[in-house]
Amino acid sequence: MNRVAIIGVGCSKFGEMWDSGFRDIVISAGVEALEDAGLEGKEIEAMFVGNMSGGRYLAQEHIAALIADYAGLAEFNIPSTRVEVADASGGLALRQAYMAVASGMHDIVIAAGAEKVTDVGNPMDIMTSSIDREWEGFVGATLPALYAIIARLHMEKFGTKEEDLALISVKNHKNGALNPKAQFRREISLETALNSTYVAEPLKLFDCAPISDGAAVVILASEDVAKNYTDTPVFIEACSQASDYLAIQNRKDILTMSSVVAAAKQAYKQAKVEVKDIDIAEVHDSFTIAEIMAYEDLGFAKKGEGAKLIREGVTELNGDLPVNTSGGLKACGHAVGATGVRQAVEITLQLRGDAGKRQVDAEKGLALNIGGTGATAIVTIFSR
Amino acid sequence: MLPRFWRKIKYRYDLVGSYCENCQSFFYPPRNLCPHCRRRSKIKEIPFDGKGRVLSYTVVHDAPEEYKEEKPYVVALIELENGVRVISQLVCDPEEVEIGMEVKKAFRKYGEDGNSGIIYYGTKFVPDN
Repeated sequence: MNRVAIIGVGCSKFGEMWDSGFRDIVISAGVEALEDAGLEGKEIEAMFVGNMSGGRYLAQEHIAALIADYAGLAEFNIPSTRVEVADASGGLALRQAYMAVASGMHDIVIAAGAEKVTDVGNPMDIMTSSIDREWEGFVGATLPALYAIIARLHMEKFGTKEEDLALISVKNHKNGALNPKAQFRREISLETALNSTYVAEPLKLFDCAPISDGAAVVILASEDVAKNYTDTPVFIEACSQASDYLAIQNRKDILTMSSVVAAAKQAYKQAKVEVKDIDIAEVHDSFTIAEIMAYEDLGFAKKGEGAKLIREGVTELNGDLPVNTSGGLKACGHAVGATGVRQAVEITLQLRGDAGKRQVDAEKGLALNIGGTGATAIVTIFSR
Repeated sequence: MLPRFWRKIKYRYDLVGSYCENCQSFFYPPRNLCPHCRRRSKIKEIPFDGKGRVLSYTVVHDAPEEYKEEKPYVVALIELENGVRVISQLVCDPEEVEIGMEVKKAFRKYGEDGNSGIIYYGTKFVPDN
């Protein structure tokens, strides 16, 4: 397999983009990535696009060709492919692009992720299609409701507190305030998080990531080709994907995301790294409980002890293992199909030393992108 | 939504699930293939007794459009006596629900498709005391 490098990254502003359509958002990220890589465009050999619900939000399918077209690549006739695994679609686009370069099939490939949700559809209903619509959605279970059921049991069994969940939100807002692309750029107090209204008990408004507009693009190249474009390549050492039962009622233990455990195990092995080698991580905090479970399922903490990391400040920006320096899904925003690529952008900026006010010292990074309640997980390991 | 609904009416109305005769496992919702035995699966339909206990739950405040009138309502993960787990609404006061609470199945209305559309019925759970 060829070693794969990231030679350029770009990211749109995340948030409610009332003035921008789907095409505008995607192109703003794409242009930034091309400029970052120093590419004209004609060097690109293939493109993979993560998008969860274009068909529902925009009544537009055939997103892959649309994006290649508006990226100015129509006349190069490159293969462009849209992939979907709910809100892990971006991570999957990255993985497909990674495989295309690692295999030697292509030398320069784009991984993009994009979602347009504001003013075009009903995000709550559409996110319900990431869980089991017939057997979970039918009874009135929403995505937050299922995470709430998981959170309640985590509290009962391991003593995790509502305050621990709120601390995750406070941390991610603090980081988001330092990220110019983030949707929410204000610090919040613990009281604000704790006093926010319940969405699905015990999860409150500040435990839930917004559903946002946004796009992100990374450009991948084989190690040899990357040398022509950058002196600061960031390498993808592994990108693993795993699945699990779609509905939580069929899982033996809802307090462990088996998909995350499986993808992480495979990624650590392929990258030849151990948990202690990871300096920084972006994890899928669609709900605060998901970040605590990610600590456990990725091996940062023992099962049941995830909350300790946030209580002790380990995952703060100045901690030993900063998590979600971008602000995470909670504060940077969750542009569904864009999120997995957006996480790769953040890790790349951090490993290159281009993360501005939120810069930390890191050599190896990890990203975890989850679909729905964990029926898909994608774990990527980066090094500089 | 409609065709999707009526195809599964039998399983929704009375908690009819699947049983694999090869490995003696129960499943809900029903499956055509046992995930333990796959090609050697011997699946048959079986109605579940419908007694169980609450493993975990939530009270939903931010409800989908079709359930807005019922909020706040309880959605629970319930473990039946045969070990099968079911996600269902639990009809009780949100203050009353707790982990470990004993519950039983009940035939209830879930909603309707506007004023002239079909009415959705299904299995909910109620406190068993």
